[in-house]
Amino acid sequence: MDNNATTSLKKEVLDAMLPYYTDIYGNASSKFYKVGRDAEQALYKMRESVAKSINAPNVNEIYFTGSGCEADNWAVKGAAMANRKKGNHIITTKIEHHAILNTCEYLERHGFEVTYLDVDEYGFVTPEQVEAAIKDTTVLITIMTANNEIGTIEPIKEIAEVAKKHKVIFHTDAVQAIGHMKIDVKELGVDMLSLSAHKFHGPKGVGMLYIRNGVRIDNLIHGGGQERGKRAATENLAGIAGLAKALEIAVADLDKNVAHCRKMRDRLIKGIRDNIPYCRLNGPEDEGRMCNNANFSFQYVEGESILMMLDMNGIAASSGSACASGSLDPSHVLMAIGLPHEIAHGSLRLSVGEDTTEEDVDYVVSVLPSIIQRLRDMSPLYEGVE
Amino acid sequence: MYSEKVMEHFANPRNVGEIPDANAVGQVGNAKCGDIMKMYMKIEDNVIKDVKFKTFGCGAAIATSSMATEMVKGKTVDEALKLTNKAVMEALDGLPKEKIHCSVLAEEAIQSAINDYRRRSGEDVPEDKEYTCEH
Repeated sequence: MDNNATTSLKKEVLDAMLPYYTDIYGNASSKFYKVGRDAEQALYKMRESVAKSINAPNVNEIYFTGSGCEADNWAVKGAAMANRKKGNHIITTKIEHHAILNTCEYLERHGFEVTYLDVDEYGFVTPEQVEAAIKDTTVLITIMTANNEIGTIEPIKEIAEVAKKHKVIFHTDAVQAIGHMKIDVKELGVDMLSLSAHKFHGPKGVGMLYIRNGVRIDNLIHGGGQERGKRAATENLAGIAGLAKALEIAVADLDKNVAHCRKMRDRLIKGIRDNIPYCRLNGPEDEGRMCNNANFSFQYVEGESILMMLDMNGIAASSGSACASGSLDPSHVLMAIGLPHEIAHGSLRLSVGEDTTEEDVDYVVSVLPSIIQRLRDMSPLYEGVE
Repeated sequence: MYSEKVMEHFANPRNVGEIPDANAVGQVGNAKCGDIMKMYMKIEDNVIKDVKFKTFGCGAAIATSSMATEMVKGKTVDEALKLTNKAVMEALDGLPKEKIHCSVLAEEAIQSAINDYRRRSGEDVPEDKEYTCEH
Protein backbone atom coordinates (compact mmCIF):
# COMPACT_ATOMS: atom_id res chain seq x y z
CA MET A 1 0.00 0.00 0.00
CA ASP A 2 2.97 2.28 -0.58
CA ASN A 3 3.36 2.19 -4.36
CA ASN A 4 3.94 5.95 -4.44
CA ALA A 5 7.17 5.27 -2.55
CA THR A 6 8.44 2.52 -4.80
CA THR A 7 7.27 -0.50 -6.77
CA SER A 8 8.41 -4.07 -7.24
CA LEU A 9 10.81 -4.86 -10.07
CA LYS A 10 9.05 -6.79 -12.82
CA LYS A 11 10.50 -10.14 -13.88
CA GLU A 12 10.52 -9.09 -17.57
CA VAL A 13 12.39 -5.95 -16.57
CA LEU A 14 15.01 -7.90 -14.65
CA ASP A 15 15.39 -10.24 -17.63
CA ALA A 16 15.95 -7.25 -19.90
CA MET A 17 18.66 -5.97 -17.54
CA LEU A 18 20.67 -9.12 -16.85
CA PRO A 19 22.51 -9.40 -20.21
CA TYR A 20 24.11 -6.03 -19.54
CA TYR A 21 25.64 -7.33 -16.34
CA THR A 22 26.90 -10.55 -17.91
CA ASP A 23 27.46 -10.59 -21.70
CA ILE A 24 27.20 -7.01 -22.96
CA TYR A 25 29.22 -5.45 -20.16
CA GLY A 26 31.14 -3.10 -22.46
CA ASN A 27 31.53 0.61 -21.93
CA ALA A 28 29.35 2.36 -24.50
CA SER A 29 32.17 4.87 -25.03
CA SER A 30 34.71 2.15 -25.99
CA LYS A 31 33.97 2.01 -29.68
CA PHE A 32 37.08 0.25 -30.91
CA TYR A 33 36.06 -3.24 -29.87
CA LYS A 34 32.95 -5.30 -30.24
CA VAL A 35 31.61 -5.48 -26.68
CA GLY A 36 31.86 -1.70 -26.46
CA ARG A 37 30.12 -1.19 -29.78
CA ASP A 38 27.42 -3.66 -28.78
CA ALA A 39 26.82 -1.59 -25.67
CA GLU A 40 26.67 1.59 -27.69
CA GLN A 41 24.14 0.12 -30.09
CA ALA A 42 22.05 -1.27 -27.26
CA LEU A 43 22.06 2.12 -25.58
CA TYR A 44 20.80 3.75 -28.77
CA LYS A 45 17.93 1.25 -28.97
CA MET A 46 17.00 1.94 -25.36
CA ARG A 47 17.02 5.67 -25.97
CA GLU A 48 14.88 5.14 -29.04
CA SER A 49 12.44 3.05 -27.02
CA VAL A 50 12.16 5.68 -24.28
CA ALA A 51 11.68 8.47 -26.83
CA LYS A 52 8.85 6.46 -28.38
CA SER A 53 7.26 5.75 -24.98
CA ILE A 54 6.94 9.43 -24.10
CA ASN A 55 6.49 10.52 -27.74
CA ALA A 56 9.62 12.65 -27.82
CA PRO A 57 10.10 13.88 -31.40
CA ASN A 58 13.85 13.17 -31.34
CA VAL A 59 15.86 10.33 -29.84
CA ASN A 60 18.60 12.78 -28.83
CA GLU A 61 16.20 14.55 -26.47
CA ILE A 62 16.42 11.67 -24.00
CA TYR A 63 19.09 11.96 -21.28
CA PHE A 64 19.59 9.21 -18.75
CA THR A 65 20.40 10.13 -15.16
CA GLY A 66 21.10 8.38 -11.88
CA SER A 67 17.66 9.13 -10.43
CA GLY A 68 14.52 11.24 -10.71
CA CYS A 69 16.06 13.48 -8.09
CA GLU A 70 19.11 14.07 -10.28
CA ALA A 71 16.89 14.80 -13.27
CA ASP A 72 15.01 17.42 -11.22
CA ASN A 73 18.23 18.95 -9.88
CA TRP A 74 19.70 19.09 -13.35
CA ALA A 75 16.61 20.62 -14.95
CA VAL A 76 16.35 23.38 -12.35
CA LYS A 77 20.01 24.20 -11.72
CA GLY A 78 21.00 23.63 -15.34
CA ALA A 79 18.32 25.86 -16.84
CA ALA A 80 18.77 28.52 -14.16
CA MET A 81 22.52 28.75 -14.66
CA ALA A 82 22.44 28.59 -18.46
CA ASN A 83 19.92 31.42 -18.67
CA ARG A 84 21.30 33.60 -15.91
CA LYS A 85 22.02 36.46 -18.30
CA LYS A 86 18.34 36.61 -19.20
CA GLY A 87 17.13 36.68 -15.63
CA ASN A 88 17.15 35.14 -12.19
CA HIS A 89 13.51 34.36 -11.49
CA ILE A 90 12.02 30.87 -11.12
CA ILE A 91 8.35 29.93 -10.63
CA THR A 92 7.30 26.75 -8.85
CA THR A 93 4.63 25.64 -6.36
CA LYS A 94 4.57 25.02 -2.63
CA ILE A 95 3.78 21.34 -3.10
CA GLU A 96 6.71 20.19 -5.24
CA HIS A 97 8.89 17.28 -4.23
CA HIS A 98 11.92 18.24 -2.14
CA ALA A 99 14.10 17.47 -5.17
CA ILE A 100 12.66 20.67 -6.63
CA LEU A 101 12.02 22.72 -3.48
CA ASN A 102 15.43 22.22 -1.92
CA THR A 103 17.09 22.90 -5.27
CA CYS A 104 15.15 26.16 -5.56
CA GLU A 105 16.15 27.11 -2.02
CA TYR A 106 19.76 26.41 -2.94
CA LEU A 107 19.47 28.70 -5.95
CA GLU A 108 17.92 31.40 -3.76
CA ARG A 109 21.07 31.34 -1.68
CA HIS A 110 22.98 31.97 -4.91
CA GLY A 111 21.13 35.03 -6.10
CA PHE A 112 18.02 33.59 -7.70
CA GLU A 113 14.52 34.72 -6.85
CA VAL A 114 11.87 32.00 -6.54
CA THR A 115 8.09 32.38 -6.50
CA TYR A 116 6.41 29.48 -4.69
CA LEU A 117 2.82 29.51 -5.91
CA ASP A 118 0.00 28.69 -3.50
CA VAL A 119 -2.32 25.81 -4.30
CA ASP A 120 -6.01 25.51 -3.50
CA GLU A 121 -7.49 23.19 -0.87
CA TYR A 122 -7.17 20.25 -3.28
CA GLY A 123 -3.63 21.03 -4.32
CA PHE A 124 -4.37 22.62 -7.71
CA VAL A 125 -2.45 25.50 -9.20
CA THR A 126 -3.94 27.38 -12.17
CA PRO A 127 -2.37 28.56 -15.44
CA GLU A 128 -3.64 32.06 -14.53
CA GLN A 129 -1.61 32.01 -11.32
CA VAL A 130 1.46 30.99 -13.29
CA GLU A 131 0.91 33.71 -15.89
CA ALA A 132 0.45 36.37 -13.22
CA ALA A 133 3.75 35.39 -11.62
CA ILE A 134 5.81 35.67 -14.81
CA LYS A 135 8.21 38.62 -14.92
CA ASP A 136 10.73 39.83 -17.46
CA THR A 137 13.37 38.02 -15.44
CA THR A 138 11.62 34.64 -15.32
CA VAL A 139 13.83 31.94 -16.79
CA LEU A 140 12.15 28.76 -15.59
CA ILE A 141 8.78 27.40 -14.51
CA THR A 142 8.84 24.01 -12.80
CA ILE A 143 5.58 22.38 -11.74
CA MET A 144 4.97 18.72 -11.02
CA THR A 145 2.65 16.63 -13.19
CA ALA A 146 1.08 14.81 -10.24
CA ASN A 147 1.67 15.23 -6.52
CA ASN A 148 3.30 12.35 -4.69
CA GLU A 149 1.41 12.83 -1.42
CA ILE A 150 -2.15 13.77 -2.30
CA GLY A 151 -2.30 12.71 -5.96
CA THR A 152 -3.34 16.06 -7.45
CA ILE A 153 -2.86 16.17 -11.24
CA GLU A 154 -1.86 19.66 -12.31
CA PRO A 155 -2.99 21.31 -15.60
CA ILE A 156 0.40 20.81 -17.24
CA LYS A 157 -0.70 21.28 -20.84
CA GLU A 158 -2.33 24.63 -20.07
CA ILE A 159 0.65 25.80 -18.01
CA ALA A 160 2.96 24.78 -20.87
CA GLU A 161 0.95 27.03 -23.20
CA VAL A 162 1.39 29.96 -20.83
CA ALA A 163 5.13 29.28 -20.60
CA LYS A 164 5.42 29.06 -24.38
CA LYS A 165 3.52 32.32 -24.85
CA HIS A 166 5.98 34.08 -22.56
CA LYS A 167 9.00 32.19 -23.92
CA VAL A 168 9.89 30.75 -20.54
CA ILE A 169 11.36 27.24 -20.17
CA PHE A 170 8.88 24.84 -18.59
CA HIS A 171 9.94 21.73 -16.70
CA THR A 172 7.63 19.17 -15.14
CA ASP A 173 8.50 16.50 -12.59
CA ALA A 174 6.49 13.52 -13.84
CA VAL A 175 8.10 11.03 -11.45
CA GLN A 176 4.78 10.03 -9.85
CA ALA A 177 2.71 10.35 -12.99
CA ILE A 178 4.38 7.80 -15.28
CA GLY A 179 2.38 4.59 -15.41
CA HIS A 180 -0.66 6.30 -13.91
CA MET A 181 -1.61 8.62 -16.75
CA LYS A 182 -0.69 9.23 -20.37
CA ILE A 183 2.57 11.13 -20.70
CA ASP A 184 3.21 12.53 -24.16
CA VAL A 185 5.79 15.31 -24.10
CA LYS A 186 4.71 16.61 -27.50
CA GLU A 187 1.06 16.83 -26.58
CA LEU A 188 1.86 18.30 -23.16
CA GLY A 189 4.15 20.84 -24.79
CA VAL A 190 6.73 20.74 -22.01
CA ASP A 191 10.39 21.67 -22.51
CA MET A 192 11.73 19.26 -19.91
CA LEU A 193 10.31 16.28 -18.04
CA SER A 194 11.81 14.07 -15.30
CA LEU A 195 11.02 10.48 -14.51
CA SER A 196 12.38 7.71 -12.29
CA ALA A 197 12.35 4.00 -13.19
CA HIS A 198 11.57 2.54 -9.77
CA LYS A 199 8.18 4.25 -9.62
CA PHE A 200 6.90 2.11 -12.51
CA HIS A 201 8.33 -1.34 -11.73
CA GLY A 202 11.81 -0.56 -13.00
CA PRO A 203 15.08 -0.60 -11.07
CA LYS A 204 16.23 1.95 -8.52
CA GLY A 205 19.15 4.24 -9.33
CA VAL A 206 18.13 5.28 -12.82
CA GLY A 207 16.08 8.20 -14.11
CA MET A 208 15.66 10.29 -17.20
CA LEU A 209 15.40 13.91 -18.19
CA TYR A 210 13.71 14.80 -21.45
CA ILE A 211 15.21 18.01 -22.79
CA ARG A 212 13.57 19.44 -25.90
CA ASN A 213 16.10 20.39 -28.54
CA GLY A 214 16.80 24.09 -28.30
CA VAL A 215 16.49 24.38 -24.51
CA ARG A 216 19.56 26.00 -23.02
CA ILE A 217 20.81 24.00 -20.08
CA ASP A 218 24.17 23.70 -18.30
CA ASN A 219 25.62 20.41 -17.14
CA LEU A 220 25.04 19.19 -13.63
CA ILE A 221 27.60 16.39 -13.82
CA HIS A 222 30.86 17.41 -15.47
CA GLY A 223 33.35 14.92 -16.82
CA GLY A 224 33.43 12.77 -19.92
CA GLY A 225 31.46 13.14 -23.11
CA GLN A 226 28.60 10.79 -22.34
CA GLU A 227 25.00 11.74 -23.11
CA ARG A 228 26.25 13.98 -25.90
CA GLY A 229 28.48 15.85 -23.49
CA LYS A 230 25.58 16.85 -21.26
CA ARG A 231 25.83 14.31 -18.47
CA ALA A 232 29.16 12.72 -17.69
CA ALA A 233 29.48 9.22 -16.18
CA THR A 234 29.72 5.79 -17.78
CA GLU A 235 26.18 4.83 -18.68
CA ASN A 236 24.36 2.46 -16.33
CA LEU A 237 23.42 0.21 -19.20
CA ALA A 238 21.59 -2.44 -17.22
CA GLY A 239 19.66 0.21 -15.32
CA ILE A 240 18.77 2.03 -18.51
CA ALA A 241 17.67 -1.27 -20.09
CA GLY A 242 15.40 -1.75 -17.07
CA LEU A 243 14.02 1.76 -17.33
CA ALA A 244 13.32 1.38 -21.05
CA LYS A 245 11.65 -2.01 -20.63
CA ALA A 246 9.57 -0.94 -17.60
CA LEU A 247 8.43 2.15 -19.47
CA GLU A 248 7.45 0.13 -22.56
CA ILE A 249 5.31 -2.12 -20.35
CA ALA A 250 3.86 0.82 -18.40
CA VAL A 251 2.80 2.50 -21.63
CA ALA A 252 1.43 -0.70 -23.21
CA ASP A 253 -0.56 -1.61 -20.09
CA LEU A 254 -1.56 1.94 -19.17
CA ASP A 255 -5.30 1.74 -19.74
CA LYS A 256 -5.58 -1.61 -18.00
CA ASN A 257 -3.50 -0.47 -15.01
CA VAL A 258 -5.27 2.85 -14.64
CA ALA A 259 -8.66 1.11 -14.63
CA HIS A 260 -7.46 -1.43 -12.08
CA CYS A 261 -5.78 1.10 -9.79
CA ARG A 262 -8.80 3.38 -9.91
CA LYS A 263 -11.07 0.52 -8.94
CA MET A 264 -8.84 -0.47 -6.02
CA ARG A 265 -8.38 3.14 -4.91
CA ASP A 266 -12.12 3.83 -4.96
CA ARG A 267 -12.85 0.64 -3.05
CA LEU A 268 -10.28 1.69 -0.46
CA ILE A 269 -11.58 5.25 -0.15
CA LYS A 270 -15.18 4.07 0.17
CA GLY A 271 -14.25 1.38 2.69
CA ILE A 272 -12.40 3.86 4.88
CA ARG A 273 -15.09 6.54 4.67
CA ASP A 274 -17.82 4.05 5.48
CA ASN A 275 -16.02 2.60 8.48
CA ILE A 276 -14.06 5.41 10.12
CA PRO A 277 -15.67 8.59 11.43
CA TYR A 278 -13.82 11.92 11.67
CA CYS A 279 -11.66 11.35 8.63
CA ARG A 280 -11.06 13.49 5.56
CA LEU A 281 -9.70 12.67 2.14
CA ASN A 282 -6.79 14.98 1.34
CA GLY A 283 -6.52 16.00 -2.30
CA PRO A 284 -9.15 16.00 -5.03
CA GLU A 285 -12.06 13.62 -5.38
CA ASP A 286 -12.06 11.39 -8.44
CA GLU A 287 -11.47 14.05 -11.11
CA GLY A 288 -7.94 15.33 -11.06
CA ARG A 289 -6.65 12.69 -8.68
CA MET A 290 -3.98 10.18 -9.58
CA CYS A 291 -5.58 6.78 -10.05
CA ASN A 292 -3.56 5.03 -7.36
CA ASN A 293 -3.40 7.50 -4.48
CA ALA A 294 -5.51 7.80 -1.34
CA ASN A 295 -4.51 10.20 1.43
CA PHE A 296 -6.55 10.54 4.60
CA SER A 297 -6.34 12.52 7.80
CA PHE A 298 -7.75 10.86 10.88
CA GLN A 299 -8.61 13.35 13.58
CA TYR A 300 -7.29 12.93 17.14
CA VAL A 301 -4.49 10.50 16.23
CA GLU A 302 -0.93 10.79 14.97
CA GLY A 303 0.36 9.31 11.71
CA GLU A 304 3.48 7.50 12.85
CA SER A 305 1.48 5.49 15.39
CA ILE A 306 -0.91 4.50 12.60
CA LEU A 307 2.01 3.38 10.42
CA MET A 308 3.52 1.32 13.26
CA MET A 309 0.25 -0.43 13.98
CA LEU A 310 -0.32 -1.06 10.26
CA ASP A 311 3.18 -2.50 10.03
CA MET A 312 2.40 -4.87 12.92
CA ASN A 313 -0.46 -6.07 10.73
CA GLY A 314 1.79 -6.47 7.71
CA ILE A 315 0.64 -3.31 5.90
CA ALA A 316 3.19 -0.84 4.49
CA ALA A 317 2.03 2.76 4.18
CA SER A 318 3.33 6.29 4.64
CA SER A 319 2.40 9.44 6.55
CA GLY A 320 2.93 13.18 6.33
CA SER A 321 3.16 13.66 10.09
CA ALA A 322 6.18 15.42 11.54
CA CYS A 323 7.15 12.34 13.54
CA ALA A 324 7.07 10.16 10.45
CA SER A 325 9.20 12.60 8.53
CA GLY A 326 11.66 13.14 11.37
CA SER A 327 11.14 16.90 11.40
CA LEU A 328 9.19 19.30 13.58
CA ASP A 329 6.61 20.21 10.96
CA PRO A 330 4.14 18.01 9.16
CA SER A 331 4.29 17.61 5.38
CA HIS A 332 4.67 20.84 3.40
CA VAL A 333 2.00 19.58 1.00
CA LEU A 334 -0.62 19.14 3.73
CA MET A 335 0.30 22.58 5.10
CA ALA A 336 -0.03 24.10 1.62
CA ILE A 337 -3.59 22.79 1.18
CA GLY A 338 -4.45 24.54 4.43
CA LEU A 339 -4.70 21.71 6.94
CA PRO A 340 -4.19 22.68 10.57
CA HIS A 341 -1.10 21.05 12.07
CA GLU A 342 -3.03 18.63 14.24
CA ILE A 343 -5.00 17.32 11.25
CA ALA A 344 -1.87 17.04 9.13
CA HIS A 345 -0.16 15.05 11.89
CA GLY A 346 -2.87 12.39 11.55
CA SER A 347 -2.34 11.75 7.86
CA LEU A 348 -1.97 8.44 6.12
CA ARG A 349 -1.08 7.84 2.49
CA LEU A 350 -2.14 4.57 0.93
CA SER A 351 -1.08 4.04 -2.66
CA VAL A 352 -2.23 1.01 -4.62
CA GLY A 353 -0.53 -0.61 -7.59
CA GLU A 354 -1.20 -3.03 -10.37
CA ASP A 355 -0.44 -5.93 -7.99
CA THR A 356 -2.98 -4.72 -5.40
CA THR A 357 -5.96 -7.07 -5.13
CA GLU A 358 -9.47 -6.58 -3.79
CA GLU A 359 -8.45 -8.85 -0.90
CA ASP A 360 -5.55 -6.51 -0.07
CA VAL A 361 -7.91 -3.54 -0.01
CA ASP A 362 -10.50 -5.36 2.05
CA TYR A 363 -7.83 -6.44 4.52
CA VAL A 364 -6.76 -2.81 5.03
CA VAL A 365 -10.38 -1.77 5.44
CA SER A 366 -10.88 -4.55 8.00
CA VAL A 367 -7.79 -3.64 10.06
CA LEU A 368 -7.62 0.15 9.89
CA PRO A 369 -10.83 1.08 11.75
CA SER A 370 -9.79 -0.80 14.90
CA ILE A 371 -6.28 0.71 14.74
CA ILE A 372 -7.71 4.21 14.55
CA GLN A 373 -10.18 3.43 17.33
CA ARG A 374 -7.46 2.00 19.54
CA LEU A 375 -5.31 5.10 19.10
CA ARG A 376 -8.30 7.38 19.64
CA ASP A 377 -9.13 5.60 22.87
CA MET A 378 -5.59 6.40 23.93
CA SER A 379 -5.77 10.03 22.80
CA PRO A 380 -6.57 12.91 25.20
CA LEU A 381 -7.89 14.87 22.20
CA TYR A 382 -10.63 12.29 21.68
CA GLU A 383 -12.01 12.64 25.22
CA GLY A 384 -15.61 13.72 25.09
CA VAL A 385 -15.85 13.32 21.31
CA GLU A 386 -17.73 10.02 21.29
CA MET B 1 14.74 2.42 14.34
CA TYR B 2 13.04 1.62 17.67
CA SER B 3 14.33 -0.86 20.26
CA GLU B 4 12.34 -4.00 20.98
CA LYS B 5 11.39 -2.54 24.36
CA VAL B 6 9.92 0.55 22.72
CA MET B 7 7.99 -1.61 20.27
CA GLU B 8 6.74 -3.81 23.07
CA HIS B 9 5.50 -0.84 25.13
CA PHE B 10 3.94 0.68 22.02
CA ALA B 11 2.15 -2.54 21.12
CA ASN B 12 1.05 -3.22 24.73
CA PRO B 13 1.04 0.07 26.56
CA ARG B 14 0.69 -0.17 30.35
CA ASN B 15 -1.63 2.07 32.35
CA VAL B 16 -3.66 3.51 29.50
CA GLY B 17 -6.83 5.33 30.49
CA GLU B 18 -8.24 7.79 32.96
CA ILE B 19 -8.73 7.73 36.73
CA PRO B 20 -12.19 9.17 37.49
CA ASP B 21 -11.29 10.21 41.06
CA ALA B 22 -7.73 11.28 40.30
CA ASN B 23 -6.34 13.91 42.64
CA ALA B 24 -3.50 14.82 40.27
CA VAL B 25 -3.92 15.53 36.58
CA GLY B 26 -1.26 17.01 34.33
CA GLN B 27 -1.09 17.64 30.62
CA VAL B 28 1.93 18.64 28.56
CA GLY B 29 2.68 19.10 24.89
CA ASN B 30 0.70 20.66 22.12
CA ALA B 31 -1.44 19.24 19.30
CA LYS B 32 0.28 21.53 16.84
CA CYS B 33 3.61 19.80 17.52
CA GLY B 34 2.01 16.39 17.24
CA ASP B 35 2.25 15.17 20.83
CA ILE B 36 0.20 15.62 23.99
CA MET B 37 0.58 13.57 27.17
CA LYS B 38 -2.00 13.60 29.91
CA MET B 39 -1.29 11.87 33.23
CA TYR B 40 -3.83 10.97 35.90
CA MET B 41 -2.70 10.00 39.41
CA LYS B 42 -4.30 8.84 42.59
CA ILE B 43 -1.98 9.94 45.36
CA GLU B 44 -2.49 8.79 48.96
CA ASP B 45 -0.18 9.63 51.85
CA ASN B 46 2.30 11.05 49.37
CA VAL B 47 2.44 7.72 47.51
CA ILE B 48 1.33 7.31 43.90
CA LYS B 49 -1.21 4.51 44.34
CA ASP B 50 -2.35 4.54 40.75
CA VAL B 51 -1.34 6.29 37.54
CA LYS B 52 -2.84 6.28 34.05
CA PHE B 53 -2.11 8.15 30.85
CA LYS B 54 -3.59 9.26 27.59
CA THR B 55 -1.28 10.24 24.78
CA PHE B 56 -1.70 11.70 21.32
CA GLY B 57 1.54 11.18 19.50
CA CYS B 58 4.02 8.96 17.78
CA GLY B 59 5.18 5.50 18.81
CA ALA B 60 7.88 6.89 21.07
CA ALA B 61 5.41 9.21 22.81
CA ILE B 62 3.15 6.27 23.63
CA ALA B 63 6.03 4.02 24.71
CA THR B 64 7.65 6.67 26.95
CA SER B 65 4.26 7.43 28.56
CA SER B 66 3.80 3.75 29.26
CA MET B 67 7.29 3.30 30.69
CA ALA B 68 7.17 6.49 32.78
CA THR B 69 3.88 5.48 34.40
CA GLU B 70 5.34 2.08 35.25
CA MET B 71 8.40 3.71 36.79
CA VAL B 72 6.47 6.02 39.14
CA LYS B 73 3.66 3.69 40.17
CA GLY B 74 3.95 2.92 43.90
CA LYS B 75 6.66 5.54 44.36
CA THR B 76 6.47 8.50 46.70
CA VAL B 77 5.88 11.91 45.18
CA ASP B 78 9.45 12.93 45.93
CA GLU B 79 10.83 9.83 44.29
CA ALA B 80 8.64 10.36 41.22
CA LEU B 81 9.85 13.95 40.88
CA LYS B 82 13.36 12.61 40.55
CA LEU B 83 12.45 10.60 37.44
CA THR B 84 14.50 11.92 34.54
CA ASN B 85 13.93 11.57 30.82
CA LYS B 86 17.29 9.83 30.70
CA ALA B 87 16.08 7.13 33.07
CA VAL B 88 12.96 6.59 30.94
CA MET B 89 15.10 6.34 27.81
CA GLU B 90 17.50 3.90 29.43
CA ALA B 91 14.62 1.75 30.61
CA LEU B 92 13.45 1.59 26.99
CA ASP B 93 16.95 0.65 25.73
CA GLY B 94 17.31 4.04 24.09
CA LEU B 95 15.40 6.23 21.64
CA PRO B 96 16.31 7.62 18.23
CA LYS B 97 17.78 11.12 18.55
CA GLU B 98 14.74 12.85 17.05
CA LYS B 99 12.50 11.15 19.63
CA ILE B 100 14.37 12.21 22.76
CA HIS B 101 11.84 15.01 23.24
CA CYS B 102 9.18 12.34 23.87
CA SER B 103 11.04 11.20 26.97
CA VAL B 104 11.34 14.82 28.08
CA LEU B 105 7.57 15.17 27.68
CA ALA B 106 7.05 12.03 29.79
CA GLU B 107 9.22 13.46 32.57
CA GLU B 108 7.35 16.75 32.37
CA ALA B 109 3.95 15.04 32.35
CA ILE B 110 4.77 13.32 35.65
CA GLN B 111 5.93 16.63 37.11
CA SER B 112 2.86 18.42 35.80
CA ALA B 113 0.53 15.93 37.50
CA ILE B 114 2.43 16.17 40.77
CA ASN B 115 2.41 19.96 40.58
CA ASP B 116 -1.35 19.79 40.18
CA TYR B 117 -1.55 17.62 43.31
CA ARG B 118 0.60 20.08 45.23
CA ARG B 119 -1.52 23.01 44.12
CA ARG B 120 -4.61 21.14 45.23
CA SER B 121 -2.89 20.59 48.59
CA GLY B 122 -2.43 24.33 48.94
CA GLU B 123 1.23 24.51 48.04
CA ASP B 124 2.48 27.45 46.02
CA VAL B 125 3.60 25.86 42.76
CA PRO B 126 4.20 27.90 39.61
CA GLU B 127 2.03 27.31 36.54
CA ASP B 128 3.23 24.87 33.85
CA LYS B 129 5.11 26.39 30.96
CA GLU B 130 3.54 27.02 27.56
CA TYR B 131 4.51 24.43 24.97
CA THR B 132 6.02 25.40 21.66
CA CYS B 133 7.29 22.95 19.06
CA GLU B 134 10.97 23.60 19.79
CA HIS B 135 12.27 20.69 21.77
